[in-house]
Amino acid sequence: MTRMAATRDGYGQALLELAENKKVVVLEADLGKSTKSLHFRKAHPERTISCGIGEQNMLLVAAGMASSGYIPFASTFAIFTERAFEQMRNGVARPNLAVHLCGSHGGTHTGTDGSSAQSIEDLAIYRTLPNVTVLHPSDDVSTRLLTKQLAASKNPSYMRTARNKTPVLYDEADPKTIQIGKGITLRKGNDVAIIACGVLVSEALKAADSLREKGIEATVIDMHTIKPLDVGLVDEVAARCGAIVTAEDHSIIGGLGGAVAEHLSASSRTPLERVGVQDRFGESGQADEMLELMELSSPHIVKAALRAIDRK
Amino acid sequence: MVTIATSISELKELARRCRIEIVKMVHRAQAGHPGGSLSEIDLIAALYSTSLRVRPDEPDWEDRDRFILSKGHASPGMYALLAEKGFIQHGDLHSYRVLGGVCQGHVDMKWCPGVDFSAGSLGMGLSFGMGCALAARIDGSERRAFVMLGDGEIQEGSIWEAAMAAAHHELGNLKVILDRNRIQNDDFCLEQMRMFDIPAKWKAFGWNVMEIDGHDMNEIVEGINFLDTSNDAPSILIAHTIKGKGVSYMEDNPAFHGAAPNDEQFALAMQELGAVE
Repeated sequence: MTRMAATRDGYGQALLELAENKKVVVLEADLGKSTKSLHFRKAHPERTISCGIGEQNMLLVAAGMASSGYIPFASTFAIFTERAFEQMRNGVARPNLAVHLCGSHGGTHTGTDGSSAQSIEDLAIYRTLPNVTVLHPSDDVSTRLLTKQLAASKNPSYMRTARNKTPVLYDEADPKTIQIGKGITLRKGNDVAIIACGVLVSEALKAADSLREKGIEATVIDMHTIKPLDVGLVDEVAARCGAIVTAEDHSIIGGLGGAVAEHLSASSRTPLERVGVQDRFGESGQADEMLELMELSSPHIVKAALRAIDRK
Repeated sequence: MVTIATSISELKELARRCRIEIVKMVHRAQAGHPGGSLSEIDLIAALYSTSLRVRPDEPDWEDRDRFILSKGHASPGMYALLAEKGFIQHGDLHSYRVLGGVCQGHVDMKWCPGVDFSAGSLGMGLSFGMGCALAARIDGSERRAFVMLGDGEIQEGSIWEAAMAAAHHELGNLKVILDRNRIQNDDFCLEQMRMFDIPAKWKAFGWNVMEIDGHDMNEIVEGINFLDTSNDAPSILIAHTIKGKGVSYMEDNPAFHGAAPNDEQFALAMQELGAVE
């Protein structure tokens, strides 16, 4: 039976494991129970800063601490990080202070809270900021490993985690294969490449199974790092497969699909189909219902793959 | 602490020299913010001369006090002072708003030695200063974070997030100077946004509050002493100032929030400030 877990739990675990580095500090905006920074708070209250319900302040308190030699991890819901976007832009990214912002409960997969809580634009907006690394891991193991790597980074970052459980993919993986900036090839086929991130990586794997039944062999890539994009890997699968699908629980504008499209537009004529939220807002629904409603689930990835292959 | 009598006159003289450089910078660039630079300069000059623990020859000294000019557009005042104190050269003042210059339009920690925060977007410096103050506390260091706010700036909501949070965390090492010059970009503050009882607001948020005349050097020194000795909670010195102070046609004139003098006006300013040309 596949183990199920939420990526936010991997984040919380990573903070605990990072605590031996005395320079690591955690900032919360009244959502530590949800983003899972609460474990760090319980173990290290002296290095946990409550900022109340004040995200703009939190981002810049983190920046001040980073400028004083600390390694701040600040978290709230993905959607609420967005109200501090200009703080992230002007106070964090511009002076290149290594503040690590985590937005949990990202995407429509977040579910029944509805559209006000479903960030579908976070990856796009943070991707526009110079110096900022943008991550959206697919399972709790990779989230834990990537979060721990961030502590050694000299650049700020934004990482989206998810509220709900998804299949764990990397329990057996060699941790060295999970590195910031390096896409992970989970399955190799030469007919089409599905480049996915976050909760849609497991959907992409299901789609590859369905495609095999039709005699189509798909490459599946977990592109956990949206920026810097692993363009070497994109070029490799473009050349080898000749058709690409991107899949993300995020607007089709500006996220993973946007990043891949921008790269391909300058480097190849490979057909690209983007699976993502079609420039609309979500609504209340269970995670699986949302993936269906938003046309993000595996059958929709299969359809996109067939369209991409047709365009070869 | 400053030794009064001789030093008060020295502080005044330092501020006068800075005023000359402020007007020169803005005139050369034909752009910039003279009004708020002239209103803040007595305060900054006194702070650096009597209290701030910094090392001009080692601007990144880890245990320095931080000074955060949150009203980062009033950069000519800070650059003039940094040149006087030896963080940068007087020649660097010619790089204000010039491509590649250390004196960027708004103060920038990536470009200018002695600048602790890249400001320019209002409402950000207090939060950043709070982060510096928290870091100092966790380090067990005596260093402080001083933040200069503009009065228009406190219309930003995030200022009050920070005000509430700093008091919650009892950050006695966080000290604010509010340049209450009563003018913002478009007009007098009273016309743009009435702020009612500003001292009462800060008191209600849990801050120590003192009000002074921000151009009376004796009161300024007393006010800085208040900041130095109030360590049980964050403290704010509300300095009543005159925008454009020292240049007759700029004083209390919203037009010189963000405008440069022409050649004729420049000559008059130099005359009024006692500049030897």
